[in-house]
Amino acid sequence: MSSKKEPGVQAPKKGFSRRGFLHGVGITSGALGAGILEQEAAAAPPVNVTGLGEAPVTLTINGKPVKVNVEPRTTLLDAMRDRLEITGAKRVCDRGTCGACTVIIGGKVMYSCTVLAIDAQGKDIQTIEGLSNGNKMHPIIPAFANNDGLQCGYCTSGFVMASKGFLDRNPNPTYEQVKAGLGGNLCRCGTYVGIRKAVLEAAKELKGGKNA
Amino acid sequence: MQAFEFANPSTLQEALGLLGANYSDANILAGGTDELSLLKDNIHHPKRLVNIKSIKALGGITKTATGLRVGATVTVDDLMNNALVRAEFPSLISAARGISSPQIRNMGTVGGDLTLRPRCWYFRNGFGLLAMKEGKSLVVDGQNEYHAIFPEGLAYYVSASSFAPALVALGAKVKIASATGVREVEVAQFFLAPKERGQGESDIKPNEILTEILIPSAKGSKNAIYEVRQKEALDWPLAAAAVSLRMKGNSVESARVVLGHVGPRPVLAEAAGKLLAGKSITEGVAEEAGKAAVAGAKPLSNNGYKVQLAQVAVKRALLEAVKKA
Repeated sequence: MSSKKEPGVQAPKKGFSRRGFLHGVGITSGALGAGILEQEAAAAPPVNVTGLGEAPVTLTINGKPVKVNVEPRTTLLDAMRDRLEITGAKRVCDRGTCGACTVIIGGKVMYSCTVLAIDAQGKDIQTIEGLSNGNKMHPIIPAFANNDGLQCGYCTSGFVMASKGFLDRNPNPTYEQVKAGLGGNLCRCGTYVGIRKAVLEAAKELKGGKNA
Repeated sequence: MQAFEFANPSTLQEALGLLGANYSDANILAGGTDELSLLKDNIHHPKRLVNIKSIKALGGITKTATGLRVGATVTVDDLMNNALVRAEFPSLISAARGISSPQIRNMGTVGGDLTLRPRCWYFRNGFGLLAMKEGKSLVVDGQNEYHAIFPEGLAYYVSASSFAPALVALGAKVKIASATGVREVEVAQFFLAPKERGQGESDIKPNEILTEILIPSAKGSKNAIYEVRQKEALDWPLAAAAVSLRMKGNSVESARVVLGHVGPRPVLAEAAGKLLAGKSITEGVAEEAGKAAVAGAKPLSNNGYKVQLAQVAVKRALLEAVKKA
């Protein structure tokens, strides 16, 4: 996502210009006999800097490109929930700890509360909304229902995505592997055992019910 | 969270030019697993965030003439699944596995782990690294159950890095780049104990970038780490011990024993290392080394239990290192 052709690249705002900023830096580094930085800064064209205000960001969510105007400080979670009405990922701790906001980015499970929307451009983002198409569901969803893998439900969509991401990488897991593989998600109701059973059931289902 | 600019440089030179003389000018964004929380909590409030994940030169794990070079933006997950790391550095694999959230392992970077800010709750609530209020340390008479048993001056917080104890034991170095050049620092010297407000916890300046980690080959030696945790879910260790043993047959030629999460810096337990030289590791010897490692501990009012944890961590790390041959 380093392309300079990307949307959202704006000239720096007044009052905090790159040149003025670097000039300030130059005062200290100059004292150390540097100066290379200042020379480079004077010669270099403005680089890829966005902000402070809103800027267009393009996200690829469940295979579809979506455009949204957000500030650089907006997290992927807040952009999805507050601007795009994609509310499957939940905002619970908002500090990269509980896992309720889990999505799959570039094939890997991540906390969407701890990724900036602007930093998630150019990558394939999967949310729980992408796991069902009409009545066709990823086997992990009915498996959660079959195994009482939820109670209040706040953690569920995060656990479902963490489970999906885990199964993508570990199609034939043991109970202990499931336990460790879901170590990034918390459930305050304590439905862990049901969730782990659901993941094992979904693993069998995904293999065509061979071992069911 | 204060508003900031987002910069996305593709070269190191460009990135260095975007940093400032103070952390309030610019912060570095790598995995973001902790940086974003620090921004949300207003502990960090930079005018600009410089993403370094688009800089190709900061990634990758490669073999060098003397060992391994690990790029600063290599994720914990990539490190954990790397064949070169798996072959020689079980201590690093174990420390990576100890970061028990797959999400954090997928996002978090090795450079980010080494520059992780302390978890001290006084620091996290805006009282600074020395946790001072009205000229007094809040830690000494406060809730200090997770604080240092090897404090340094007024620095009672513990270093948060998962990899640092193992890297110190292994004799690794970090490379740090600035606009004026590149320097190498032993990981053992990288961590600092601040003496006054405004000083940081590591030897890196706001306009510098940690670019890579250089780990000497562990061929002919054994290494292991043992971390003691309160729970299996994501948490920082209460105490850890990393060991690196140069072997001569069945006995130890030289040993480096390093305690983690017990002081503002990883603690190199020299007495334990000396005690081990020339001996083969038995349960008894390992226990003696554990005792020697914590002999100088100065626990606070609520963390005496950590002395025992650190002592046992040393014993278990040593037994783990020599397990199966």
